[in-house]
Amino acid sequence: MSSELFLQYLFAGISYGIIYAIVAIGFNIIYNTTGIINFAQGEFVMLGGMIAISLNPHLPLPLAITLAVCATMIIGALIEIIFIRWLDHPSVLRLIIITIGISILIREAALHIWGESVRALPYFVGNEITSISIFGTNISPQVLWVIGICSLIVACLSFFFKFTSLGQEMRACSANRTAATLCGINTRNMVTFSFMLSAGIGALAGCVMSPITYTQYDGGTNLAIKGFTVAILGGLGNSMAAVAAGLLLGIIEAFSVSVLPLAFQDAISISILLIILFVRPHGLFGSKEAAGLKEF
Amino acid sequence: MGLKKYIPIPILLLAVVAIQLTTHYTETPFYLTQLTMSAYYALLVTGLCLVMGYAGQISLGHAGFFAIGGYTSAALTTFNFTPVKDHAVLRFFDKFHLLMTTEDMFGDILLNFHPWAACVIAIIVTIIIAFAIGIPVLKLKGHYLAMATLGFGIIIYRIVLATEFFGEADGISEVPGFNVLPGVSVNGDFDARIQNYYIAWTLVTIGLVLLLNLIHSRVGRALRAIHGAEDAADAMGVDTAGYKLNIFVISAVFASIAGIFLTHYNGGIGPSEAGVMKSVRYVAIVAIGGMASLWGALVMAVGLSFLSLRGMFGSYDDAVFGAILILIMLFAPDGLLRLHYLDKVKRFFRKTEDIS
Repeated sequence: MSSELFLQYLFAGISYGIIYAIVAIGFNIIYNTTGIINFAQGEFVMLGGMIAISLNPHLPLPLAITLAVCATMIIGALIEIIFIRWLDHPSVLRLIIITIGISILIREAALHIWGESVRALPYFVGNEITSISIFGTNISPQVLWVIGICSLIVACLSFFFKFTSLGQEMRACSANRTAATLCGINTRNMVTFSFMLSAGIGALAGCVMSPITYTQYDGGTNLAIKGFTVAILGGLGNSMAAVAAGLLLGIIEAFSVSVLPLAFQDAISISILLIILFVRPHGLFGSKEAAGLKEF
Repeated sequence: MGLKKYIPIPILLLAVVAIQLTTHYTETPFYLTQLTMSAYYALLVTGLCLVMGYAGQISLGHAGFFAIGGYTSAALTTFNFTPVKDHAVLRFFDKFHLLMTTEDMFGDILLNFHPWAACVIAIIVTIIIAFAIGIPVLKLKGHYLAMATLGFGIIIYRIVLATEFFGEADGISEVPGFNVLPGVSVNGDFDARIQNYYIAWTLVTIGLVLLLNLIHSRVGRALRAIHGAEDAADAMGVDTAGYKLNIFVISAVFASIAGIFLTHYNGGIGPSEAGVMKSVRYVAIVAIGGMASLWGALVMAVGLSFLSLRGMFGSYDDAVFGAILILIMLFAPDGLLRLHYLDKVKRFFRKTEDIS
């Protein structure tokens, strides 16, 4: 493999991988505060992209993206308030089925609103053929946008969870819900907020990736599976490990294209998911003891 | 319990005959086509009901087993094996008269598997895959189990979509009829409609009798113990892992048989049958039927599949199932036939009895 091709694959892998990482972090935020795996996580990404695409002809691009992110956050909050907030100690099976139902409804609504056609936002800078040269290989500036914005999201999130009082309250909620309630934290609001937050970062990722990967009404399921693979790979609930795992999966996928037909690319990541579930369900970086204490 | 558990069976048979006669006298025999297809879907759903309602495990990959059965049978009965007929494997099958030759419309000789041979091979393949996937998967719980079975379903979908042998996006068409017995054939011919309706319902009845026997036996009690509290069942000496695995394999075989027969009946199978939405739909039907209720699952499977196949939901087909899924899980997590408040009333009376 020539070094140029190697770099091409590497950049493709990193840009996809960091998207998976963002979806995985979305899973983790909700999982940490509620113990729910939100099967509709991929739909947030799709919604963000679709809303921004619809707004783009009428508004400048940054404004369209901001509005799309806000709209998706409101949708995320509404979903939590309408479907989950008032349930009294629901079983895991019940929650799985409810979030699957939500993802179907969002997807079908998107199908009826936007149709089956594949859409995309315009490139943020230049167009399809603009490229910049890095280490002798040509890549699209959009790839740098994706990597840059997603890294920024990760950095902001870790700042948010460490240093703001809201972030600390959310972490308290994930450490021990009862204790958090006793300290005067409104845990129910924290859950709603975690849905908003993960919807928001999902939507933002959906907007920056749209020019490269395109947006279609049924793109969410695939992303959710990949994001879940990454979340498990890093250890469920551990957001920083999810970034490493995301990059790993993205790069494996990108290089698999050189060995296997493209059609089997999805099968590879799902096989990785199955293997990791069978062999190390607590993740590559997670500890077995800690995983034993959590409920799945 | 005795024979009490079989009481609904004659009622079911009467209903089946009554419906056929009604369509005969109202001159609407075209309904039988959808009723036959619904029956096969019901067969799958009752099998899944055993896994979800009685063993308490979720499977989001049952469309995968349906597709394994349907695709294996379809491929073996339609693919022309003439170019490789001297291969040792094929000669082995030929020795037992499992192959048959037919002539296509250009006079070329085609060499295929006999439908019965294909059917048995498809079931064996299903059992092997179900064991291979079930052993590791059933160690998982909750979200992990859901995602792992979902992943299995997607892998099957991707494989049939990407393999030329399985017809890629077009699927396999022109699957021949399945001569179950001399003179009794599963096919989509117009004049075989009534016959096929009864074949399908006979199969469903046999399946139901088997399942009823199973859930009212030692196995059934063990399963309910697993559902109630797996650790407690384990401690009482119930082989939880073994029971879960066997039930999973049995339900996979039910799905596979449904796939085989429906494929021969429709004369083809496409990748959409392996799709995630199909698996979710089966789970939805079991949930609406009341999780641990074979009869509820059966009624809902036939009713909803029939409405869906008749196109009653239009382009909102998937949305209807999604909405039903959410509504049932929000307001009646124990199924439509056993609403929550009824339980509460019952519990109230039971409490007063205890006190007295």
